[in-house]
Amino acid sequence: MSDLYREHILDHYRNPRNYGTLEPHDRSFEDSNPLCGDRVRIDLRLDNGTIADIAFSGRGCAISQASASILTEMVKGQSLDFVKALTADDLLDELGIPISPARRKCALLSLKVLKAAAYGLNEWPE
Amino acid sequence: MSTLHTHTRQFDARALREEFPILQRLVRGGKPLIYLDSAATSQKPAAVIQALEDFYRTTNANIHRGVYELSEAATLAYDQARAKVARLINAPDPRECIFVRNTTEAINLVAQSWGRANLGPGDIVVLSLLEHHSNIVPWQLIARERGAELRYIDIDESGRLLLEQLDEYLASGRVKLVSATHVSNALGTITPVAEIVERAHAAGAVVLVDGAQSVPHLPVDVQALGVDFYAFSGHKMLGPMGIGVLYGRRELLEAMPPFLGGGDMIRTVTLEESTWADLPAKFEAGTPSVADAVALGVAVDYLQRLSMPAIRQHEMELVRYALARLDEIPGVTLYGPVGEDRSGVVSFTLGDVHPHDIAGILDSEGIAIRAGHHCAQPLMRRLGVVATARASVYLYNTEEDIDRLVDALLIVRQLFNIED
Repeated sequence: MSDLYREHILDHYRNPRNYGTLEPHDRSFEDSNPLCGDRVRIDLRLDNGTIADIAFSGRGCAISQASASILTEMVKGQSLDFVKALTADDLLDELGIPISPARRKCALLSLKVLKAAAYGLNEWPE
Repeated sequence: MSTLHTHTRQFDARALREEFPILQRLVRGGKPLIYLDSAATSQKPAAVIQALEDFYRTTNANIHRGVYELSEAATLAYDQARAKVARLINAPDPRECIFVRNTTEAINLVAQSWGRANLGPGDIVVLSLLEHHSNIVPWQLIARERGAELRYIDIDESGRLLLEQLDEYLASGRVKLVSATHVSNALGTITPVAEIVERAHAAGAVVLVDGAQSVPHLPVDVQALGVDFYAFSGHKMLGPMGIGVLYGRRELLEAMPPFLGGGDMIRTVTLEESTWADLPAKFEAGTPSVADAVALGVAVDYLQRLSMPAIRQHEMELVRYALARLDEIPGVTLYGPVGEDRSGVVSFTLGDVHPHDIAGILDSEGIAIRAGHHCAQPLMRRLGVVATARASVYLYNTEEDIDRLVDALLIVRQLFNIED
């Protein structure tokens, strides 16, 4: 069967962790992959530079949504510096599935959104 | 191999597969390749691959220049390929068939050359919602430059063009060009080209047809259709990538300014100005893809040996089978018309599973389909979907391929807990 759709990926897709929005929040960022329509928004509540609470919302393929769910678990309670130092490989390792070049953008959309939120961006600079 | 039985012999896709080397290979750790993405590009028979090699081994030289044997042979092979292409689409004269890179380049040629010379402020170019981006963006570019306007023919719920809307646009008296696809790459709709041409011509508009999805799959007769321009790609019709064709009526092509300037397209060059070569050279600046053109000629031979009506018949039977089998799967939504006006393209969704996930799981089963917006974002928006999954068949596909597709879709349903 499909290596890409291992049970834990499908589990995060069907039962996403930390799903929803946070009101109020300290940081929020949203982005999409125009080519496939994947969309992820991440809200953060901060306490002294650490992520006291995190929520994501969005829609799209299982890889993009499961990745966002897994990412929220990775960084909850961690510092913004931890988030800024996270690499693509850190997230891909955590996903634990073989991501082809074609699906990389799906898998990494949530990290891109989280980084933007961590750096306090409201939108991508021109 | 008695030729006596040619007429009664069934179309034997299973035997044809043997002539396509890539269909013999295994993918994803030992699974046979089920190739259902011929609308993106077709696979190539050994004869076409061999033709490329033969050209470079035995004939390679630049054309129209040398007076030596090789150059003469290369020029002859190139011209013969053009004649084959012209016969395939029943063009009156091979010189009306310009070799380009692909359909996209053919449409850009018309937009940049004919469009720049003929479009002005307030003029209208009519497109349709079925168009591939390659028949939208070139017109946006030239329309912006010339102050012209674009209009789009809408579709009904089954993906057929609403021709009365074309009539409304034509009634403005400002329509200079109608550019529409012959077969929708996303839905498989076969459009009523002859009817579009008749209405457009009655209103004094020129008609370009995007034939990328039609020439490989249906008998096409540009004279019977009455089109002014017809564009198609070699790589979707068993030929190599990098070679395509623009057919244009001679009077139009002769009146048009060149698209690209350079060698081979001139008659005389002075420091101040140049005069243009005759057709088709006027539109073929620089060294063309000679080997690819020659191999396309071999692809045309291959298609004609099977006969386009027989290929069409085979695909219609396959699509009828595919639509019936997919329709049995709870949760599947099918897009596009059901009837004779449909090609070998089957667009579908499955519950709320993202089409990329469908394609991803199918890929792990060795099945290649396309998922996404099919370079037709306006159409996807019109249908109210982000993307669809698309299986498309060709002469080498069989009912077994469809069965494998259906089996794999049942796995997708199971993995994603799709409700009945």
